[in-house]
Amino acid sequence: MHVKVLVFASYADALGKGELALSFPPGATVGDCLAEVQRQAGGRVPPAPLVAVNRVYARPEQPLADGDEVALIPPVAGG
Amino acid sequence: MCAWLTHDPLDVPALLAEVAAEGCGGTAVFVGTVRRSAEDGEVVGIDYSGYEAMAEAEFDRIVADARSQWPDTRIALRHRLGYVKTGEASVAIVAAAPHRATAFHACRFIIEETKERVPIWKRERLAAGDERWVVPHGG
Repeated sequence: MHVKVLVFASYADALGKGELALSFPPGATVGDCLAEVQRQAGGRVPPAPLVAVNRVYARPEQPLADGDEVALIPPVAGG
Repeated sequence: MCAWLTHDPLDVPALLAEVAAEGCGGTAVFVGTVRRSAEDGEVVGIDYSGYEAMAEAEFDRIVADARSQWPDTRIALRHRLGYVKTGEASVAIVAAAPHRATAFHACRFIIEETKERVPIWKRERLAAGDERWVVPHGG
């Protein structure tokens, strides 16, 4: 399955891009996605950032589905 | 399409007009502005960016949470994106209710939840020309 990963703000600066396209076998979770991002980022983003799936905060054990939009969210600073 | 986010200066009287109702006897307003001081430099402005689709959805959820807690409350808010100069408003929240206590509670709830949950980020511009991401620390 294919997953779009969005990366924002300081994390995007650290990674040098704001979007990745990743593929996983069926049954993959948010945690698997984070591990792959971490592998590609080589420590440039934290290992356990806030994550959203399809614009809702999610936990690492949440399963992913084909076409999901996963977002790595740096500490928020609105207001 | 963007209900809560705007790139334009905030118009508090327009928000007050949105919530005005004869049944509301109290209206609380919170306006957050970009402040000059930082520990190590003078802030001339802040670039606000966001995960816009999720920020809109998160504001929907926060407002729905507030309305479920205080059903008689009328709420309006806007949060700016883009460059906001020192002294200008970055967020405005208006809550109107039959009585003042509810209006204050709802307004406070919304700004606290905004700071906790809404995926928006600040990049400070300093007078010296430097820029840096703001790391939140509860303020």
